[in-house]
Amino acid sequence: MDPKPTKLNRREAIKLVAAATASITVLQQKTFGAAATIAGQPYGVDPLLNKAYKSGDFWPLTLNTEQRATVLALTDLILPADDKSPAASEVGTVDFIDEWISAPYEGQRRDRQQILDGLAWLNQQSENRFSKKFADLTLKEQSAIADDICYLDQASDKYRIAAEFFASFRNLAAGGYYATSQGWLDIGYVGNLPTDKFEVPPQEVLKKLGL
Amino acid sequence: MPLITSSKSKPEYDVVIVGSGAAGGQTAYTLTMEGAKVLMLEAGRNYDPVTETPMFQTNAQAPLAASNTPDKNFGFHDATVGGGWRVPEEPYSVRRRNQPGWHEATDWNALTTDQNWMWWRSRMLGGRTNHWGRISLRMGPYDFKPLERDGLGLDWPLGYDDMAPYYDKVEMLIGVYGSNEGLENTPDSPNRTLLPAPAPKAHELFTKKICDDMKIPVVPIHRAVLSAKQDHRTVPGRLHPHNAKAQKIIGNHMELRQACFWATPCGRGCSTRANYQSTTVHIPPALETGNLDIIPNAMVREVLLDEGGKTTGVVYIDKLTGREHSVKARIVVLAASGCESARILLNSKSNQFPNGLGNSSGMVGRYLMDTVGASVDGQIPALENLPPHNTDGAGVHCYIPWWKYREQLAGKLDFARGYHIEFNGGREMPKPGIAENITNITGGGYGKRFKEDMRRYYGSFMNFSGRGEMIPNENSYCEIDPDRKDKWGIPALRFHFQWSDHEIKQAAHMHKTFQEIIESMGGRVTSKIQTNGRKAIYPPGAIIHEVGTTCIGSDSKKSVLNQWCQSWDVKNLFVTDGGPFVSNADKNPTLSIMALAWRSADYMLEEMRKGNL
Ligand SMILES: Cc1cc2nc3c(=O)[nH]c(=O)nc-3n(C[C@H](O)[C@H](O)[C@H](O)COP(=O)(O)OP(=O)(O)OC[C@H]3O[C@@H](n4cnc5c(N)ncnc54)[C@H](O)[C@@H]3O)c2cc1C
Ligand code: SF4
Repeated sequence: MDPKPTKLNRREAIKLVAAATASITVLQQKTFGAAATIAGQPYGVDPLLNKAYKSGDFWPLTLNTEQRATVLALTDLILPADDKSPAASEVGTVDFIDEWISAPYEGQRRDRQQILDGLAWLNQQSENRFSKKFADLTLKEQSAIADDICYLDQASDKYRIAAEFFASFRNLAAGGYYATSQGWLDIGYVGNLPTDKFEVPPQEVLKKLGL
Repeated sequence: MPLITSSKSKPEYDVVIVGSGAAGGQTAYTLTMEGAKVLMLEAGRNYDPVTETPMFQTNAQAPLAASNTPDKNFGFHDATVGGGWRVPEEPYSVRRRNQPGWHEATDWNALTTDQNWMWWRSRMLGGRTNHWGRISLRMGPYDFKPLERDGLGLDWPLGYDDMAPYYDKVEMLIGVYGSNEGLENTPDSPNRTLLPAPAPKAHELFTKKICDDMKIPVVPIHRAVLSAKQDHRTVPGRLHPHNAKAQKIIGNHMELRQACFWATPCGRGCSTRANYQSTTVHIPPALETGNLDIIPNAMVREVLLDEGGKTTGVVYIDKLTGREHSVKARIVVLAASGCESARILLNSKSNQFPNGLGNSSGMVGRYLMDTVGASVDGQIPALENLPPHNTDGAGVHCYIPWWKYREQLAGKLDFARGYHIEFNGGREMPKPGIAENITNITGGGYGKRFKEDMRRYYGSFMNFSGRGEMIPNENSYCEIDPDRKDKWGIPALRFHFQWSDHEIKQAAHMHKTFQEIIESMGGRVTSKIQTNGRKAIYPPGAIIHEVGTTCIGSDSKKSVLNQWCQSWDVKNLFVTDGGPFVSNADKNPTLSIMALAWRSADYMLEEMRKGNL
């Protein structure tokens, strides 16, 4: 499933881009190192399927160094290491996000705008509050910013757009993270394994369900 | 697969078949097994599931973690080649909500479209059977005679008893798992016809427990998946009683097909041939008879007619060279999917048939139908934190057949026809969007807490989808668009569509029912419940059960085909896809398409033997 079903005609797309650009002014942020533009081609209606791809195989990745550092820090804040699984930075979530926002598709282009604006905002906030880039903040400092924007329906008006960014980013990061084998292990997906017979659910599952 | 090119085709065939999906595959299988020389023309490219299917590829190994895109509308690994909701080289025209005039169909998301018709196509050998859902339900006795039963719609010129032997044969040939439950208008199969139903999954068992109390039946579904290997010793003899060669060939292929190993999404296709797709089940044995030639990349434009009023063959464009070719045959079979077959007929104009071939009734294109769809999502606390266990299986194992025939006939419901429920849940392979449902419940967060939430709620979501009968109506049809052509200069279709109140109210009833089930499970509904059916119902075409447009009947003035799917006007012209359907029961149509095609092909063979064709 597409995390965000997209169906936009050109006019609507332009409107949205305009709105997103406007949000930059609303947030009063200064633009930082513009990311490379999207140059790649869509993979078309008949790509080779029986193959394992990695980020960057179909279209070039476009995050610049500073943006990458910010993404790395933010994915690790959202998906840190714990006793069950490694941190997002260890499973390449940043590459997934880079691939996503570099994709030559309408929906992803829209996400790109939101993500890049959000990353810029995050660094601006970090500068304002702690005179450092987001990636250079301590966990406590990063959390201070995240706490203001991590619950969309509790975010105050002035953080609303940033909170929307955070929600989209978290959604994207989780999509990349849990698609990996480490993510599977963490969340308890144990499929994609051939078996002779499809067994009834284990006793402990049935018991828990009162069956 | 070993195919031929335009230059290698024979001067004349017994039968030329347009299309290689469920309909074309079944027609070709039946004919070639009995010795007829067949040419199959397929607009898409050659496709070999054995080498091309991405069986164990993970989402992480696909671009965008396999998300839906404008190029691959159902995700990167979906088997569909060359199409989806739009085929770049083959446009079609639609109405859009609140916008006057005709528009080119450009949308690729059926959930958000405002088009009045969504037309899913794939352009590959085997057509849509490479990735279909494999749900294979028989239509019941009521479904063939709906007019007789409640005064609405149209009756088929044949009944369940005429179809039953063909359902038996198709089930045995393709391999269908399921059980016999003896339920009303939900036919049982004879002994030793179905393969064993796989064990239910945890969320299916839990749903059953709750639904039992609500007097809603939850039973094993029927799907075209080999839950066990086919019995290659006895089944061939039951399929082809007096044909040793056919028995040998199909017996051999049954031995080669593997049983399902319950691990990989069937929508990608199956390289071990454990489920039905035309390219693994129909076409290989048909080729082995030596009686089948296939030309891929062959886009058929029109059917040819001689002065005596018989067809002599078809004209197609070789998409690789752009050149036009014609081929000759004693019989022409259209099996290009309902609307596309209608398009070919409407584009085959002559002095004898100025409105399109076989269209003296004016009915070609009429009675276009899809299935009514509506769905509700829920979160079920009882399914939270379940011990990790493998729930992949092969798609769904259970479903809810329509259970209110009595109330409906007694006039206690405000809509005339039924629906069945397909429901999903379990611990599916994680994909993008996985966190969205969960943060909708938790509100958001990050860090260790967020990871714990993910573990707790993953696998606790369910979706209930209704699949309901649509009654054919006068306002739903396709016709040639005078202003639009495809890349090969072939006039395109444009679509008219309207639901009647029966479908709208049925969709509202679905929402209400799903809410009741979810709440009885102790769950919470996480999507919006609509009391207005217009807001609940999926856009027309979205369920991809495209049937109607070349209707069968017993009156040549009111229908296009007779009960053998033979044109009333042109005796050696047949349509064997979903086009002939004059009712679209809640049962997914493909098994019935195949049974009807087999029956029609048997008739062609008989008529050829008698010298009538
Ligand atoms: C995602 C999905 C899930 C589905 N799930 C189910 C399910 O669970 N159960 C069920 O019963 N049904 C299901 N269906 C529907 C099912 O796929 C169709 O009913 C079935 O494939 C119809 O067979 P057909 O032969 O008529 O058409 P197709 O399978 O589409 O085959 C038609 C073929 O004709 C070719 N063709 C078209 N035009 C031309 C031309 N002009 N010249 C030459 N060739 C041409 C096409 O390229 C195509 O290969 C599903 C469909 C989709 C897309
Ligand atoms: S689940 Fe079974 S039938 Fe489906 S693709 Fe996998 S092996 Fe084939």
